[in-house]
Amino acid sequence: MAYKSSSVETLGQSLLKVDELHTHYRIRGGQVVKAVGGISFEIGANEALAIVGESGCGKSTVAHTIMGLLPPNAWRVKGKVVFEGRLDLAKASEDVLRRVRFKEISMIFQGCMNMLNPLVKIENQISELILLHDRDVSKEEAVGRSRKLLEMVGLPVHKGRDYPHQLSGGQKQRIAIAMAIALEPKLIIADEPFTALDVMVQAQLIELLNEIRKRIKGSFMLITHDINVISELCSKILVMYAGKMMEYGDLEEVIKSPMHPYTAGLLGAMPSIDGSVSDCRSIPGFPPSLVNPPLGCRFHPRCQHRCSLCEREEPQLVEISKGHYVGCPQLAKR
Amino acid sequence: MGKESPPLLRVENLKVWFPVGRSSLLSMFRKERKYVRAVDGVSFDIDKGGSFSLVGESGAGKTTTGLSIVDVYKPTEGRILFNGIDVHNADRKTAKELRRKIQMIFQDPFESLPPHMTVFDILGEGIDLYRLAGSAAEKFDIVAKALEQVGIVPPEQYVDKYPHQLSGGQRQRIAIASVLILHPELVVADEPVSMIDVSLRWDIIKLFMDLRAQFGLAYIFVLHDLALAKCISTHIAILYLGQIVELGEMDDVIRSPMHPYAQALISVAPSQRRREKILLRGEIPNPIDMPSGCRFHPRCPVASDRCSKLEPQLVETESKHFVRCLLST
Repeated sequence: MAYKSSSVETLGQSLLKVDELHTHYRIRGGQVVKAVGGISFEIGANEALAIVGESGCGKSTVAHTIMGLLPPNAWRVKGKVVFEGRLDLAKASEDVLRRVRFKEISMIFQGCMNMLNPLVKIENQISELILLHDRDVSKEEAVGRSRKLLEMVGLPVHKGRDYPHQLSGGQKQRIAIAMAIALEPKLIIADEPFTALDVMVQAQLIELLNEIRKRIKGSFMLITHDINVISELCSKILVMYAGKMMEYGDLEEVIKSPMHPYTAGLLGAMPSIDGSVSDCRSIPGFPPSLVNPPLGCRFHPRCQHRCSLCEREEPQLVEISKGHYVGCPQLAKR
Repeated sequence: MGKESPPLLRVENLKVWFPVGRSSLLSMFRKERKYVRAVDGVSFDIDKGGSFSLVGESGAGKTTTGLSIVDVYKPTEGRILFNGIDVHNADRKTAKELRRKIQMIFQDPFESLPPHMTVFDILGEGIDLYRLAGSAAEKFDIVAKALEQVGIVPPEQYVDKYPHQLSGGQRQRIAIASVLILHPELVVADEPVSMIDVSLRWDIIKLFMDLRAQFGLAYIFVLHDLALAKCISTHIAILYLGQIVELGEMDDVIRSPMHPYAQALISVAPSQRRREKILLRGEIPNPIDMPSGCRFHPRCPVASDRCSKLEPQLVETESKHFVRCLLST
């Protein structure tokens, strides 16, 4: 049944196809952190993918590589990031990338409450973005469009004349969403958009993002550590651990029957309002250093089902059912 | 809760108000001084060995309540009784003893440990302060034992390390050990696992639970995560704008919440079942200009005219289940 494949199979035309992406960082002392070690996925038109993992697993680095926003000490080692089947973003020049950013692919950054310029009024910050990409638009038109955007994200229009410090965290996050949809991009990447927000504000924003997705019919990629928020926003899931893909597939299927021990562990660590303390457990051990990641499966030191194979053999992604890939050496053996 | 025996901790009508605008020149001419009413009339009891969660959004006053219990803030009004002793009006000797018996664990283990001290010094400080050890050897034994209890093993390998050499989870364990060493009776834990990776959280939670079983510790958890609170506490108070809106046994409150805010909060908490969500409009209002009547009425999905005029009281509707809502009484 199962067959080995190094990368994920393409099914027709995809909007974004990431193939065997490796991104490394050089840190002090010349050591290399292998933050992303072979990630493949694709996002189709109007599809929503969640990348889930703990801090330091490389999920934000994936997004930054796609956007061409890596810091100077990081570089893409290999792998392709193909947009609309024509443009390899990983090889694109800064000029091309600048045209792609926010126009084709936009991003809601982690902690983006702090990304707004404290000296510029909200509506001017949004229209600045519009003017930068659309040369034909007049200043007045741009301001008008930014006011419409404010309405779309559920803010009163007069908030546009406020400065960022006059807004609450949730409101600033709404501004970030407004900027992300300002140029009607085909793909929106949201990197931990809900951290530092209250539960009720988070629920409101999930609702808003869903509404907006229905309206602009774009694709969506959500990067988060919180498995609970994704079920309402996404249809596909990619579970990352220590820079590697653990599991990838249809969200409902993966959550209902996780095949990788790490996915199961992550799901078991999430408390639920109808559960009790005995239902939840930690995964023993600690995430590894990515300077010298463990040989074989990177999860094996913490895995309860490990065998000698896991210490030796680097797992291949195995398609266990249509579109459901698992990177576990024991599954590959079977 | 617990009318039979006196509670370990009784918080009585606690009010903590912070004056605002002190620095502005205009405020000198203002007749009325304005206050942020961070905590505004909070009352609850905790029994010995109990586990109590204070849950609410940011700005609800849960951390301020916690900090008042450990005597960081003085109450503007009301009092806090620990075994019948007023925490804020005790004589010096009693106050020092109370500071040992009521301990606090903070949210951020990266900031709560002094960076210039080794693990041994951090743990040793409390031992010296309360003269818990007769000799240097005894001090080392106490430290080593506490480290073992929190799962930092072997202790010899860790005593000379500085906080920056430890992971977040290890740091939080050190913070717990430094509290444990003093044999407290009540521990206030302010978001103790929110900075720790999901896959490691439950080890810390289990540690809290084990220590409770082993030493009869009582806990007050300050949390924003209702699902987590449900898993680790037996009693809960849900706070909104400095007041308790619902108080009771955890299972009662979660199963049949009566306050519209509690209902909404529970409806958006992570669950295995798909449920109807109650989304509230807007955000927590400015705590300087409180809404009139019921503080929740501007966001309440079922508010009536009465709610903007009358201020509801916390009323016992069922046995040990208290609600502050005009509609449920």
